[in-house]
Amino acid sequence: MRISRRILAGLATASLAVTATSCGGGGTSGSFDDTVTVGILHSLSGTMAISESTLVDTEKMAIEEINAAGGVTVGGKSYKIEYIVEDGASDWPTFAEKSKKLIDQDGVPVVFGGWTSASRKAMLPVYESKDAFLYYPIQYEAQECSNNIFYTGATPNQQSEPATDFMYKRSPAAGGDFFLVGSDYVFPRTSNTITKAQVKQLGGKVVGEDYLPLGNTEVAPIISKIKKALPDGGIIINTLNGDQNVAFFKQIQDAGITPSSGYYVMNYSIAEEEISTIGPEFLEGHYGAWNYMMSIDTPASKKFAASFKKRWGADRVVADPQESAYNMVYLWKQAVEDAGTFDDNAVREALVGQTFDAPQGPVEVMPNHHLSQTVRIGEINAEGGFTILEETGVVLPQAWNQKHPSSKGFACDWTDPSKGEKYKL
Amino acid sequence: MELLLDSLFNGVAIGSVLLVAALGLAIVFGLMGVINLAHGELMMLGAYTTYVTQLIFKLPILKPFYNSYIIVSIFLAFIVSGVVGILLEKTIIRKLYGSPLETLLATWGVSLILQQFVRSVPLAYGTGLVISLLIGLLLPTTFPSKIKESINFKYFKFSSWIFAALTGVLTGSVISSSVSKLSRASARNVDVTAPSWMRGQVEIIGTAFPKTRLMIIVITLISVIAITLFLNQSAWGMRIRAVTQNRQMSDCLGISTEKVDIITFGIGSGLAGVAGVAVSLLGSVGPNVGGNYIVGCFMVVVLGGVGNLLGTVLASFGIGIMTDLIGAGRLLSIWPDMPLSLSNIINFFATTSMARVMIFALIVIFLQFKPTGLFPQKGRMVEN
Repeated sequence: MRISRRILAGLATASLAVTATSCGGGGTSGSFDDTVTVGILHSLSGTMAISESTLVDTEKMAIEEINAAGGVTVGGKSYKIEYIVEDGASDWPTFAEKSKKLIDQDGVPVVFGGWTSASRKAMLPVYESKDAFLYYPIQYEAQECSNNIFYTGATPNQQSEPATDFMYKRSPAAGGDFFLVGSDYVFPRTSNTITKAQVKQLGGKVVGEDYLPLGNTEVAPIISKIKKALPDGGIIINTLNGDQNVAFFKQIQDAGITPSSGYYVMNYSIAEEEISTIGPEFLEGHYGAWNYMMSIDTPASKKFAASFKKRWGADRVVADPQESAYNMVYLWKQAVEDAGTFDDNAVREALVGQTFDAPQGPVEVMPNHHLSQTVRIGEINAEGGFTILEETGVVLPQAWNQKHPSSKGFACDWTDPSKGEKYKL
Repeated sequence: MELLLDSLFNGVAIGSVLLVAALGLAIVFGLMGVINLAHGELMMLGAYTTYVTQLIFKLPILKPFYNSYIIVSIFLAFIVSGVVGILLEKTIIRKLYGSPLETLLATWGVSLILQQFVRSVPLAYGTGLVISLLIGLLLPTTFPSKIKESINFKYFKFSSWIFAALTGVLTGSVISSSVSKLSRASARNVDVTAPSWMRGQVEIIGTAFPKTRLMIIVITLISVIAITLFLNQSAWGMRIRAVTQNRQMSDCLGISTEKVDIITFGIGSGLAGVAGVAVSLLGSVGPNVGGNYIVGCFMVVVLGGVGNLLGTVLASFGIGIMTDLIGAGRLLSIWPDMPLSLSNIINFFATTSMARVMIFALIVIFLQFKPTGLFPQKGRMVEN
């Protein structure tokens, strides 16, 4: 009897959930003069779907919020934002193809999309050749500055540089040697090149570096190298991607590489979402660096987390990539209203200098199409969140990294026609 | 000494993961000649079985036995993957014996279906489905032949499948209502946490070894010993070897080759499930977990010599030790003052991704000279 009642309860919640989702898409029924349709392009299938679907959820929520507050007002007319969601299918050429479809067939004025650098690199030529505009919300390796992309994630000097500085100067392992671990693709390799240059400047030493091929979860050789290079503990900088982190942390803990024995791992790809997947028991005492952390104790941050939970379920979390995705929708709306048109060239001009009171604090669009942001260093706690230890002031973005040997002394400025993508400082 | 021990242990640890993953394939591909690209997904099912077992053992009734869930899950994983394997054999592979290319494509399709299945079906109902398959397949065979003869067997089979389906739905809903984590479909990777007695390290002769690695080595050893005993000592093992060597002749002598095929494939798939338990201890469990191992499995089987278990064992330990030697740059610590040019080369290959390249290159070179692997099989394969 007890069991059957439980089943009934289960069925009831299931059907409730179905009704809840089925009336979600529409949003509000205000009186609008017209509608404008934007494009959302993330992977909804394949390996990246887990991460990218959270961005789709956040972007939909931002759009619904804007609509509920009266939509976008252009030239005295109020527009309701509608969206077309396309699936990039974790396949980079598909991202390019779907971008063409959104621009040419659907005629959207803007596309919010992408996660991996590979997908962005695949889309870039499409947006440049069609002079359309892509908003890209992920922290990335920089070394790129397109006139047709607007980057709302952190550049290395807004994440890894303050983090390396913290590890070398103020962490429990301060002054220790560095070991760099990453997945074998462009972001970890670029990020580590920058870290190596920075550690050298600081007077520290990088004693080892290793890259795990994507999909490989055999960490044993890396563990022996870490033990050999750092016999008495030290600093590990981790840029592993996704599930490889699970294998890494499970296996290093079993091998005795833990904070209690003097090894501290600084992570650039582990946010709240990943902590709950990996399990806080493996990560407690290690560090992360982000612009946004769910534990930021401000009304804006709490409101963001609360509305996301209210919209998508109480067990959901918000993390840095989602915050960037949320910001970019609002920044686009503001720029459109300032420009007084949906025309992307006018919007691009109006965009630079836009400020927004984001969940992380104030952000501003810089002439290099990146955002000025606050950087936070957090220690991972047993509850699966970050205990924020440090907060920088607002850090200006460097599209061309000043520590990377290939881009030192260069900058990007799209507001000045004589400067453009890459000019010498 | 310590260095040697450490290196040997690492090599054996890496090798035993390869071996446990390849063991099932060595049987399916080695003995039956079936190129089963869904082998990795059968491993994935084993890994998910571990996850489900872990959650079920967290229920109040089973909580006191929580520490032993990993042992239970080894058997359950064997059964789950075995049942799915048998179904696969009965429905698809049986029709394709002797046509390797078609088998390859069909099993690849199956692997995609299985991946998408765990993404989009709540695990509770997935468990229910496996239970109903198990009952549906087993129930008709358990009744004495007298009863089978006395009534029309068709109706009997049909009604037992209905019973199986009902039981499946019931267990599915019971599980989904009692374990909320299993009641919703999710593409998210999940995590198997080893029980506390399996975490941390154990000291042997002054060197610390991770316990999970030792556990995997033990699982591998037991599987290898069990399968060797089965093939060499049991009646069915003898029949399997007979059919492998000469199918027509075995058929003529009264061995039911159809049954042998089912049993062989079922055991191979079940071993994949056991491998799934082992890999779930190392990393996370997700729809793609098996795909990461499939290439390595085929590599081991081909290198060892198709159809030879001993070859598979040696090949996987060989690859394991090589991976550690190259990937961790061991040669440098054995011979610290080697010439600079040589040490530069070794350093260049001393990263995990370059070590992999190097090992594949070495295997390709090896197969140029011995295309049939370490221990070539003499006799005829199934398709002959």
